[in-house]
Amino acid sequence: MRLSRSARGLLAAITAVVLALIYLPLLVVFVNSFSTSQNLTWPPPGFTLGWWAKAFQSDGALDAVLTSLQVALASTAVALVLGTLISLGLQRFEFFGRDAISLLVILPIALPGIVTGIALNNAFRTGLGVQLSILTLIIAHATFCIVTVFNNVIARLRRLGTSLEDASSDLGAGIWTTFRLVTFPQLRSALFAGGLLAFALSFDEIIVTTFTAGSSVKTLPLWILDNLFRPNQAPVVNVIAVVLVLVSIIPIYFAQRIAGAEKVVR
Amino acid sequence: MMVDASAPPTRRAVVPLRQGTIARRGSVFLSRHPRLRLSLLLGAPLFWLGLVYIAALAALLITALWTVDSFTGQISQTWTVDNIVAVLTGSLYQTVTLRTLGVALLVTIIDIVIALPIAFYMAKVASPRAQRILVIAILMPLWASYLVKAYAWRSVLSQGGIFEWLVSPFGGHSPGYGLPATIITLSYLWLPYVILPIYAGLERVPDSLLEASGDLGGGTWSTLRLVVLPMIWPAIIAGSIFSFSLSLGDYITVNIVGGANQMLGNLVYTNVGAANNLPLAAAIALVPILIIFAYLAAVRRTGALNNL
Repeated sequence: MRLSRSARGLLAAITAVVLALIYLPLLVVFVNSFSTSQNLTWPPPGFTLGWWAKAFQSDGALDAVLTSLQVALASTAVALVLGTLISLGLQRFEFFGRDAISLLVILPIALPGIVTGIALNNAFRTGLGVQLSILTLIIAHATFCIVTVFNNVIARLRRLGTSLEDASSDLGAGIWTTFRLVTFPQLRSALFAGGLLAFALSFDEIIVTTFTAGSSVKTLPLWILDNLFRPNQAPVVNVIAVVLVLVSIIPIYFAQRIAGAEKVVR
Repeated sequence: MMVDASAPPTRRAVVPLRQGTIARRGSVFLSRHPRLRLSLLLGAPLFWLGLVYIAALAALLITALWTVDSFTGQISQTWTVDNIVAVLTGSLYQTVTLRTLGVALLVTIIDIVIALPIAFYMAKVASPRAQRILVIAILMPLWASYLVKAYAWRSVLSQGGIFEWLVSPFGGHSPGYGLPATIITLSYLWLPYVILPIYAGLERVPDSLLEASGDLGGGTWSTLRLVVLPMIWPAIIAGSIFSFSLSLGDYITVNIVGGANQMLGNLVYTNVGAANNLPLAAAIALVPILIIFAYLAAVRRTGALNNL
């Protein structure tokens, strides 16, 4: 198949248009963070840096960012361990019920968040009789984060095969040594990619969070939901969104570099 | 090639070979007992998913068979199928289910149609450098909060918003808040989740296959239809699972841009919160659960579940 010049041009044009559409709302967010108008008038009537100053002095927002960071880091850590274990088990062994287990991993992300949310809320409060707290929130987030780690790691394991591990054990390395020196280094970038997705998923989650966070726990999305419709706060929310997008370039860039360095010639 | 045996050995990780340490004995024991190895691997995750998730889901489904005492507001554990009958026969529930299903399907189709050409451009046309930049460009919006993006669309589509400003010279109008706005916003929110799996699927299609098809006389369309599409079908389905199930349960976007429209998620939410009727909420929640299970069962054969 040879793509004609015009076909390539058309594809490039479609990509450019869609990218423009993807960034249009983000541009609006960016511009509104400097706008003197509080109710999203377009075009903005004037320019101010006031919201940016206000955002960096807002204790509520900074606390919420810290809480979200804690929750996302903890649930990513749990998801990394559980996701790696489960993908090693499913990829390296053949047994009855394997398909059921892979379905089980996908379920928390495939079922709507509100179902997961009320199910866990019900189980925590009436089933186990525990108070909702940051811990219940982490448990809930980790449950739906497992799948991103699982998918990345199992895809990598499938591609790797077992010949290097076999060679390692033929040469006398035990199970731990083989994992530490052979398997793990080959999984590292898959773990990074899966962990990054899990982190992003947890950081931005709002629906399950609504039902499983204790009343004193304010993650960033919960804080945003509280403030989005307040005229005085909405532009501050815009500032925070802009900062998050800009900061996210760093981990995404590293993930890309790691993936790019390992890429086989296509 | 001859290997010079006297050349100094290259540096490599030295693997300590100790016999009889506990780690060593454990390792030997484990390698002789694969079943034990398997249960050690799967024990913790299955405990977590089974105990935390499946038990919670099962408990929720059982709650659907209970009822709420209208005086005390407490759940009374008398078995009844009233809630489920109400959900199945109530015209409100039927309308909302159809509306939600329609929205989820439309969002999924729109996302796939938009994602295919972009993913193809990224994977097969763009230079490796442009490819990397494009992936970053697709990934970055994921980090702007979901709420902020939904709210940005509220601003874009508002009266006197940027959309109106852009299209009014051509005689266009903003669709305002309602189902079209909901569909636009949801398609926007889930688009990266659909582009990425399809892009990954296209990357796995070797260029040599496309060339072979061309050499054998296949035109662009027949190559796409007969070679590319069958290979990326699981990836397309994988992407669709995201957009479909995320749309099916959404109630926040429709609150922000949907005007007075309700989706299934709203009905569940009101019954858990304001109406304090968990059994009815659980019965309503059965609807998306069943739809998703039917969807997963239908697509399982395509191998899509391995491509999420």
